[in-house]
Amino acid sequence: MPETLSPARRALRHPLLWPVLALAVLLVVNVIATPTFLNIRIQDGHLYGNLVDIVRNSAPVLLIALGMTLVIATRGIDLSVGAIAAIAAAVACTRIVAAGDEAALSTAVMAVTYAVVVCVLLGAWNGFLVSVAGIQPIIATLILMVAGRGISMAITDGQITTVNNPYFSDLASGYVLTLPVAFILALAVFALTALLTRRTALGMLIEAVGINPEASRLAGVRARTIIWTVYAFSGFCAGVAGLVIAANTNSVNANSLGLWIELDAILAVVIGGTSLAGGRFSLTGTLVGALFIATLARTIPNIGIPSEANYLFKAVVVIAVCLLQSPRARALLRVRRRGPVVPVLAKGTAA
Amino acid sequence: MSTATVPADSLWDRVRGYTPSSRYYPVLATLALFLGLFAVGGVRYEGFADPQVLLSLLIDNAFLIVLAVGMTFVILTGGIDLSVGSVVALSTMIAARTLEMGWSPYLSIAAVLTTGILFGLLMGLLIHYFDIQPFIATLAGLFLARGLTFLISVESISIKDATFTEFAFKTVRFGDYYLRWTAIVALLVVAVGAYVLARTRFGRTVYAIGGSESSAMLMGLRVAFTKVGVYVISGFCAALGGLLFSFYILSGNSLHAVGTELDAIAAVVIGGTLLTGGRGYVVGSLLGVLVLGLIRVLISFDGTLSSYWVRIITGALLLAFVLVQRFATRRQR
Repeated sequence: MPETLSPARRALRHPLLWPVLALAVLLVVNVIATPTFLNIRIQDGHLYGNLVDIVRNSAPVLLIALGMTLVIATRGIDLSVGAIAAIAAAVACTRIVAAGDEAALSTAVMAVTYAVVVCVLLGAWNGFLVSVAGIQPIIATLILMVAGRGISMAITDGQITTVNNPYFSDLASGYVLTLPVAFILALAVFALTALLTRRTALGMLIEAVGINPEASRLAGVRARTIIWTVYAFSGFCAGVAGLVIAANTNSVNANSLGLWIELDAILAVVIGGTSLAGGRFSLTGTLVGALFIATLARTIPNIGIPSEANYLFKAVVVIAVCLLQSPRARALLRVRRRGPVVPVLAKGTAA
Repeated sequence: MSTATVPADSLWDRVRGYTPSSRYYPVLATLALFLGLFAVGGVRYEGFADPQVLLSLLIDNAFLIVLAVGMTFVILTGGIDLSVGSVVALSTMIAARTLEMGWSPYLSIAAVLTTGILFGLLMGLLIHYFDIQPFIATLAGLFLARGLTFLISVESISIKDATFTEFAFKTVRFGDYYLRWTAIVALLVVAVGAYVLARTRFGRTVYAIGGSESSAMLMGLRVAFTKVGVYVISGFCAALGGLLFSFYILSGNSLHAVGTELDAIAAVVIGGTLLTGGRGYVVGSLLGVLVLGLIRVLISFDGTLSSYWVRIITGALLLAFVLVQRFATRRQR
């Protein structure tokens, strides 16, 4: 089938078409509202501008969404990422404060390592509940979602811990090669994940587990190990994201750090075209989805709507994307497609 | 009971030989946990074993009880409703804003309840007719309700309406002890919920869908009506819970009740309802809420533990109940 399609039609069928188009529409809206929106200037050897802010702000969501993509591909979900991010930040900040030389590079490295290891363990715990105890993913990760913020507060003793370490705050506000460190970090994790899943058989095995865990087990795939690994990876991503968020404010507030970020991450994954039913995933789609969410957050104040209304737009996007993925809604659409106004209708439902 | 051969059992024999059906074990476990916690509190802290502590528990958790009843219906069908916390916030905000605009309090209450029902209806329709997972559809509901709340007002609005404040502080006295009206409304909701689930066709269908949706469909049960219905009930309960919350707190704020959906889900699970659906009781959810509330009271009585321990203990209880459920249902297969 695909080889009979002309390049234009193939482009129309490409799964990334709608997410990229939606992102482009948002950018156009911004440019109409503020003509200088896309301007980027160089100052002190760094790039400055709205686009740079967007890619920097997208880093935490992108990181978490990468882990979430793999979890969702195995037909799971990880609700605990926000809580894990809060724990990571709490661990790192209390370590830095407790260290002898608060501003030293070694302190930052030690604290970050400590936090990431804790998060991988927490992710592995989720994986244990899902794969060994056989609990539904949504419930298994709900447990840590409920308890996690309590644990994070227990670590910081309920206080807002402020740290003073230039290397740690570079995680969020530093620049390498004129680009924000946070975004480069997220891109590195993205590239690593893409390499591991698409250049080895791992991606296919993950998809096999998502399509039918039992069948893949019978076919010789170590479904348990794979499920365990993706949850641990999700914990790792959540931990790094938590560190970036904490570094951005140089402090940790266990109550609010990463609140609802699990929902943003799931949204990014869904926008990117990964099916919540598992079995297929698109990391590039997730990248576009995360950029879309960060751009949306920037667009709303830019066009003069209070930024709190952000949630409203996210709700509309969730519903629109889910309806587009729903077979029933597609069937309804297909009936109408027989009419002469094909592309207009298809576009109208996506926007 | 099957061993009873004597036809004319005395009452004492029947009481002595009574063994509860295994269906009630989870609820009884929660009851035992509740009584155990209360006993521990009574022994350790002076003034804890006062009946007023129990009544205050009902007053303080009235809105959560109502939320948990609605959530029980949804979870029994195998679904989940993440939007309830946001709908509570939206309800307090609508009530506060409409009262500020000079609406009659009854009209304002009607507006709040209608909004809740509409929210539930919207999510139910999305879930049933477009096969969107309950989790993601109610997630959209969460965002939508929170966004609307922010849109109405970012600032907190206090409620000064005379009818509202009168209702909020109206009490029923039993000798030395008192109960507020909000708690009585919550108990009524529990009673109605228990009746609907146990004694009506709708309730039977809820259990049937939770057991197996396709079987329920093949049996000719009204699956579509019931499945949309449980989300409408949950939406209504969330709005009613929001009203009770606004009576309790007398203000509308867009940051009210953040994360309350987690408390409601936790209460339902601790109350012995199976998260995969098909098994559970509203009374269990009431006990679940009371257990969570009692833990909070215990921690405040203790004074040395910080409030965040509530969350950690809730998580631990959740884990224990989920694991027990998991192994209990696995053995039966």
